[in-house]
Parts: sequence; C-alpha cells; structure tokens
Amino acid sequence: MSQGRPALRRGKLIVVEGIDGSGKSTQIKLLHKWLQARGHQVVFTEWNSSDLVRQATKRGKKKNLLTPTTFSLLHATDFADRLTYRIIPYLKSGITVLADRYIYTAFARDIARGVDPRWARDLYSFAVKPNVAFYFRVPIDVAVDRILGSRAKIKFYEAGMDLGLSPDPVESFRRFQGRVIEEYDRITGEFGFRVIDGTRNIDSQQQQVRSIVARLYNEPGLAEAS
Amino acid sequence: MNPGKDGAKYFGHGLPYADVRDLKGTLITIEGTDGVGRTTQVALLKEWLEVQGYGVIETGWTRSELMSETIGAAKAGHNLNQLTFSLLYATDFADRLEKIILPALRSGFVVLADRYVFTAFARSVVRGADPAWIRSVFGFALVPDLTLYLRVDADTLVRRVLGSRGIDYWESGMDMHLGTDLFESFRKYQWRLIRQYNKMSRDFGFVTVDATLGVDEIQARIRRRVQALLDDRRMQVLSTSLETIRPLLFEAEEDEPEPETAPRIAADEAPARAARGLSQD
Repeated sequence: MSQGRPALRRGKLIVVEGIDGSGKSTQIKLLHKWLQARGHQVVFTEWNSSDLVRQATKRGKKKNLLTPTTFSLLHATDFADRLTYRIIPYLKSGITVLADRYIYTAFARDIARGVDPRWARDLYSFAVKPNVAFYFRVPIDVAVDRILGSRAKIKFYEAGMDLGLSPDPVESFRRFQGRVIEEYDRITGEFGFRVIDGTRNIDSQQQQVRSIVARLYNEPGLAEAS
Repeated sequence: MNPGKDGAKYFGHGLPYADVRDLKGTLITIEGTDGVGRTTQVALLKEWLEVQGYGVIETGWTRSELMSETIGAAKAGHNLNQLTFSLLYATDFADRLEKIILPALRSGFVVLADRYVFTAFARSVVRGADPAWIRSVFGFALVPDLTLYLRVDADTLVRRVLGSRGIDYWESGMDMHLGTDLFESFRKYQWRLIRQYNKMSRDFGFVTVDATLGVDEIQARIRRRVQALLDDRRMQVLSTSLETIRPLLFEAEEDEPEPETAPRIAADEAPARAARGLSQD
C-alpha cells in the first residue's frame, strides 16, 4: 500500500510538516483556498482528530498517563482510522487530500520522545506515500516567540514535559522541540521533503508552495494565475 | 534483543527508554481462544501461588486504564477495521506493559497475563494483517518466561461455549463477514484462530495443555510447569548472587585475619560498595 498504486491514486495527497509555531497550518489553509478557487475538489484532515481515540487521548493527556509508546500508538490508531475513512476513499475518487501533519510527525516527534526509529517506521508501513511533503523549517526561538505571542500557554505534551527535561514549560518546549527539529532535519533527505523557510513572509512562502503544487497537476498556468 | 544477562528479552526493538536489566519477577502468560477456560485457570493458579507465598499480579486483555473504555465503545460501534483493531490492542497492551507488568517484574512479582501478544497476532492475522507487520508493532513486548497454551479443537469449543454462556458478535468474527449464520461463523472463525495458535506454538515454544481435560487436571498440569519454572528461577537467582559475592569472599580472606566472619560482612557490604562505586562514576 505504501507504494501507492497509481490506478487507485487519482487524487493528490499533499502534506505539511513542521514543529508547533512553524506556520504550517496557516500555509495549508491558504493552499486550500487557492486550490478550491481553482476548481479542485479538496478535503482537509489533521493529525489526532479522529473520533475513535479522542476520549482515550484526552484522558491520557489530562491524567498524564501517556508513555512515549502509548503516545505513539494512540496517534498511529488515529492515523489508521483517518487513513481508512478520511484519506483513501477520497484519493480513490480523485479528490485532493490536504493533511496537516502526516506520518513524519511520528518519525520526528515520537523518536525525539525516545521510541525506536525502526519500530516507528514499521508501525506506519501501511501509510500511503504523499505526492509532496512540505517541511516548514524555523529556528526554535522563532517558534517559541510565535507561540508565546499568540496563545501564551504551552501545552504539557507539546513541551515534552513528560520527559522531565526541565520543570519550566518554556525551557522544556525549547529543548524538546529543538530535538524534534533535529529529527526533521535528519529525515529530510530520506523522505524527500520540500523544505520551506518558515521565517520568510507568509505570502512568499505561499508562492513557493503554490508553484510546487501547480507542477503536481501539470498546470503550469496555475502558478502564474496566483 | 535486549542485551541484559537475566534473559529479559523483547520480541523486537524493545523500549529504548525503559530499564529492563534487573527484572526479578516472573512473567507467565496464558493463551488460548475464546471460551477455552483461561480465566478460570488463571484464578486457580493465582490462589495456589499466593498460598505458597508468591506475590501475584494479574493482568488481562483490554483491561488498561488508558484504553478499556475506548475499546469497549469501538467494539460496540462495529466500525473497526483490521488496522485500527490491531492498533487499539497494541495501545492497550503497551499501557499495561509499562504501567503494570514492568513495575511488577521489577518488584519481584509473578505476573499472570490472561492473553498476551499472541492473541493480537492470531486475531490480526486471521483478519488479513501482514504477520511481519503485527509482530513488529508488538516488538516492544517482553518475551514471557513461560507461555501456557490451552489447546482445544473448534468442535469441542463450539459445544462448550454454547453449553455455557452463548456466542457473541466478536467471538464469532462477524466483522469478517464469513456468513450470516452466527454458529457457522463462530466455528469458522475459531477454527482459523486455533490454526494460528497452533502455528505460533511451534514458533514461540508454547507449553501446550490439553484443554479438553477437566478443570482440575488442567490445573494440575499447569502447576507442575509453573513449579518447575519457579524452582529454576530460584536457582538462577541463587547462583547469580553467589557469583557477585565470590570475588568479595576471596578479597575478604586476604584482608581479614578471621575468615569465619568475613563472608557475612562482605556480603552485607557488597550492595553499599557497588552503590558508592556507581555514584562516583
């Protein structure tokens, strides 16, 4: 299935990756608007959003029950459920699927948390390969400033507080997400990420994303039309 | 495989962040298909072990704090597929392994697991999972010290289950659409599961117990195997502690003029010395 049989894969699968505060969600929303405006049928799916494990994830986070392995497996279960109901049927029918985070989030974040990299890759071997994976790369300080500036509260697991790196949430976030960046950088070549400099202006990043996506549809005019 | 000397091994890549070097307890798992009598046997075994003075912790399939409600709801909803079915089990298992089984083994308990990873392997594979994939997903699981397999044939099982509590949707594999007839589906599904267990029995070295025997006879056979294992473990522990004391004994003989009392003192001080040595590193 990971080979993505072309006959069954008429729709495009486009994913965005990056740490919290990298700006990936903003970019995928803008891409969504543009594709719709161009007349494409598009659906959007995001990491950790299926109903199947919502209650367990909530409970695990609230009571700090999660270990690196259960954290990873809950997300894999969520992903398997969305792949079945929210991704594969759409791709088969020729609809574009936009995914905010994909299996690479597990490869970067769960490994930064301490699970075995080979185990994580085997775990997700049932996934469909995306047509393109954008990685929004930002230095850790930029991500911290953006998050503190917008919602002023860093979440427990987002900061890797479960790892006991530092009792201070901001410092823990800095160290943990710093590790996640290292992991993303390490796997960029392996999975052929299209790296976007997340410190540039929002609209110039979006121009770059759109020109790469336009080539997927073999519509050279698309990029100019933006 | 875990490099630890005590024989604590994982099925696959293991838990890189967990310390499993010094597991003093014993992990015994009981496997077998639905309605074969596992739970009765686990209860009898637990009672017997406790009477002998062993600390016993029991853990059962899908009983984790994290996942039990979610799995119950998901099964009621009937919208699981092979992947999510397997992964829900894996999450439940990981939670119990890290929160119940490992801490109990570190503290020296006998852990009795009513079903283990083999249940997941059998159920996932009959639903079409790649056997290599599901084994790799559970690669963080500890290899048990003993797996008791209660073996029965499908026809005996059908009569027994019908005669006691009746058959249900999941135990009949109705999600696999083997047919609309509950009885036929149950028989086919259980036959496939049993075939998987029999295959694994060779791969993983199960100790097979004939589950068509009476409850007491099954229990007697189980106890003989468990007794032998626990005697073995005790000998292992004894010889390991002798190994650690031996160099100290010789050292003490050279240092001390009175060899009669030296061994006891040396033995008492051994852990303290080791701890000091470690903390200086």
